[in-house]
Amino acid sequence: MTNSWNDIKNTDLVLIMGGNAAEAHPCGFKWVTEAKANNGAKLIVVDPRFTRSAAVADVYAPIRPGTDIAFLSGVMRYLLANGKIHREYAKAYTNATYLVKEGFKFEDGLFAGYDEARKNYVDRSTWEYQFDDQGMVKVDDTLQDRNCVLNLLKVHVERYTPEMVERIAGTPKAKFLQICEMIASTSTPDRTMTSMYALGWTQHTTGAQNIRSMAMIQLLLGNMGMPGGGVNALRGHSNVQGITDLALLSTSTPGYLVLPTDREATYDDYMKSRRFKPLRPGQTSFWQNYEKFFVSQQKSLFGKAATKDNNWAYDYLPKFDVSYDVLKMVDMMAAGQMNGLFCQGLNILMASPNKAKVATGLAKLKWMVVIDPLETETARFWENHGEYNNVDPKAIQTEVIQLPASTYAEEEGSATNSSRVIMWHWKAVDGPGESKSDMEIMSALHLRLKALYAKDGGAFPEPIVDTAWDYKKPENPDPAEVLKDINGYALEDIPDPADPSKVLLAAGKLLPTFAMMRDDGKTSGGMWIYTGVYTEAGNMSMRRDASDPTGLGIHPNWGFSWPANRRVLYNRASADPDGKPWSQRKKYLEWNGQRWAGGDVPDYGPTIAPDKNVGPFIMNQEGTARLFARAAMPDGPFPEHYEPMDAYIANPLHPKVTVNPVVRVFAADAKSFGTPDKFPIVATSYRLAEHFHYWTKNVHDNAVLQPEMFVEMGERLARAKGIKDGDWVEISSQRGAIKAKACVTKRIRPIMVDGSPCDVVGLPIHFGFIGLTRKSQPVNTLTPSVGDASVNTPEYKAFLVDVKKTTPPAAQPATV
Amino acid sequence: MAVTRRQFMRVSAAGIAASTVGALGFGDAGEALAAGVRPFKLERATETRNACPYCAVACGVLIYSMADGTAKDAKPKVVHIEGDPDHPVNRGTLCSRGAASLGYVHSANRLKYPMHRKPGSDKFERVTWDFALDRIARLMKEDRDKNFVARNRDGVTVNRWLSTGFFGGSSLSNEAGYLTYKFVRSTGILAFEDQARI
Repeated sequence: MTNSWNDIKNTDLVLIMGGNAAEAHPCGFKWVTEAKANNGAKLIVVDPRFTRSAAVADVYAPIRPGTDIAFLSGVMRYLLANGKIHREYAKAYTNATYLVKEGFKFEDGLFAGYDEARKNYVDRSTWEYQFDDQGMVKVDDTLQDRNCVLNLLKVHVERYTPEMVERIAGTPKAKFLQICEMIASTSTPDRTMTSMYALGWTQHTTGAQNIRSMAMIQLLLGNMGMPGGGVNALRGHSNVQGITDLALLSTSTPGYLVLPTDREATYDDYMKSRRFKPLRPGQTSFWQNYEKFFVSQQKSLFGKAATKDNNWAYDYLPKFDVSYDVLKMVDMMAAGQMNGLFCQGLNILMASPNKAKVATGLAKLKWMVVIDPLETETARFWENHGEYNNVDPKAIQTEVIQLPASTYAEEEGSATNSSRVIMWHWKAVDGPGESKSDMEIMSALHLRLKALYAKDGGAFPEPIVDTAWDYKKPENPDPAEVLKDINGYALEDIPDPADPSKVLLAAGKLLPTFAMMRDDGKTSGGMWIYTGVYTEAGNMSMRRDASDPTGLGIHPNWGFSWPANRRVLYNRASADPDGKPWSQRKKYLEWNGQRWAGGDVPDYGPTIAPDKNVGPFIMNQEGTARLFARAAMPDGPFPEHYEPMDAYIANPLHPKVTVNPVVRVFAADAKSFGTPDKFPIVATSYRLAEHFHYWTKNVHDNAVLQPEMFVEMGERLARAKGIKDGDWVEISSQRGAIKAKACVTKRIRPIMVDGSPCDVVGLPIHFGFIGLTRKSQPVNTLTPSVGDASVNTPEYKAFLVDVKKTTPPAAQPATV
Repeated sequence: MAVTRRQFMRVSAAGIAASTVGALGFGDAGEALAAGVRPFKLERATETRNACPYCAVACGVLIYSMADGTAKDAKPKVVHIEGDPDHPVNRGTLCSRGAASLGYVHSANRLKYPMHRKPGSDKFERVTWDFALDRIARLMKEDRDKNFVARNRDGVTVNRWLSTGFFGGSSLSNEAGYLTYKFVRSTGILAFEDQARI
């Protein structure tokens, strides 16, 4: 989230689109209720289903799954065409006035530089600004030049008329215009809108561009950095934010640094592309500090072995050629290119698309280690469960080791919620039987592997042998000590840059802020964005002072919000270029003559005066936010509507380029996509209020509340297929088929797409062949193994199926 | 961390009862009444502040644990979980998942022992932690030593290991997450993923 759960109460308008907070995040949704009851806020819900969020909305509009960019681009067109943007904000705080290179173009669904043979934009040189001879971006403050970002955007979204939105997304024109009008009402400085989204936006082949579209709308409206504004990811698991921050990911390192690639053979190559010089005069370009964060991280990872002479152990890190994300991993497994796999609290047989492909892959592994508090389908993928998992154990040669892990109640440590607030939790009891904490299990594995390499040698033992694990109890480190390691220390006395005879911080002290990090090896720190969480003053994540002095829901002394305990990101933008709040009603930070004053930590130099003209988006080299993304997104500097890979219609905007032209499709999956002649129904998967992922099917109360798999379908479709409520239905896609009970409902109605009705079905994700609920084939038997062009998030939210009435499945005992 | 909110409430309630009754002139009757106030069920339980394990709202919860007092089972068990009323986000509320989370802690499907499934077998067999950990370390080293890629085709040092992958949990604590990162990254594994995408 750019803002926070509590901040939602400050809003005037909530747009829930790509999520269903009332059911998936009920206790966070109370802040929507709070805004409605006490701030006069309205709620808009746009969703293919009439969800429980929709049930309390002021306006609900249907949308066909996978068409959010068409809808949001239509909103942008409306705002620009009707002058409903916060013009001063957009001019000062975005790249609206910047000039783009002459050769940039968009034609027939493709941006400049596309190579048909390689299915990629091989030349993105025109996705760039015009620069002057000082290397600064050229701008036109009068917004007359046709190459201004704002003018190019106007041209780009011009095609998304209300009629076109209705044709693609199926949202009735009158409803769409009503929503546009409500959104436009927040273009004034005294009103804000908040956007709440979740996997309904990310899990598409255009996922990252869905979210970018909303970010652009919020920038045009002047709603970023404002109380009650922002773009807010609701997020799934209790610490998915923290684990993402910590980069348990293929191409990242903690704190949003990037692993080296094959093209960065040397440390100098790596740093050369990360100097991030400002592109406008006097800008902060905060990533200029990249090397300080990187070197401090290497000191935390490799301790004394990271020295200036070995470029801070640069070669200890693996370099990547391509992304080894979940889809790539499954593809490699299925191709027999992987021998070993760890599944730590992640049930891949349920969670990955195209279950048949995953099952094939798991059976080709030599060994698999499952670390989990619960029985999982993955750990028992080799076990025969009749039609639910019809395998022959004898034919599966994979060795499986299953390790019992403890749960949250049985360990202490910190976790980060979607508001970016790091909060400590305490241990209540020991886990059952011989279960151990993940910290103890990771330590045991690392120390054993380290001992083997120290004794016997082997392939490049250094990074394993030299990894810093010098905790007081290495076999089971104290979580507080590990949080200190993440926070960072002064390893030597740090001299004051202003007066080198003085010591700023003595050796051995915890770093109070990432501003103290150095690139000369004098500091350590696993992840710069968390620095400040554990200082000489104590463990800030343990703070439990719930007071809220401003009444704006900031709670500055509750836990620690990264970065720097800042609760609303980009909050300098809540004031105008002169440092005055845009409106008294939305006052958040202001320049008081000496410093930035307010209830939150400024996202800015705390004493930088407004007349220095430093932009509020300090992480960007421009100091402003990007309506035009330059070459940062692989599928284009502006969002464009492309159909899901299981395309329901030819793209009305450009029929020759129907789907995202740079999506990665593995050879093995080339024939795995469905077409509407065979699979004429659009399906989307979702979560229920009564279940969490694949866990709570193991919990008695939840299994009673929602005991079995069902398919939600509209009355028209049910009638056409002769299906009654409670009948058994087979749902099939190009990837496979599952059975579910029919739930015939008015909550899903046909959506008029390109003039004809489109039937949609909804499928809950939670049911499998392990647990206290009735057995079912995983819903991901149906979904395609293809992902977002930017970050390869699988496309679970829009795919094609057919449904037919079928016979009940064989009776099965309800327990393991 | 033991906190005595409920004990405090009980003492206060009894104190008010005693003084009120005393003020009405019943004298010793106040003490008798205080002794008769039914003890709160959770009075003997230890209260621990924690967070709901499910979605990323991360509602504050209070976990109550106690031993059942019999010689048969002297180890404290979780007996009750409720919303933390002091938490600024959930303010004491929990949803249908969080309110039932006691059943997760005590699920019949909790794993208790390391288990091993041999190739081609149709069952898991219980093994010791030592066996399991040694076996995993050996399997890792064998595969890594055989398939480690020190240089790519162009001769660039890449130091990666692609034949083993790691799916990490997204409900780990930050500290467990950082140890996982250190462990996995030190081996050169690139096929490394969590629940962020899925």
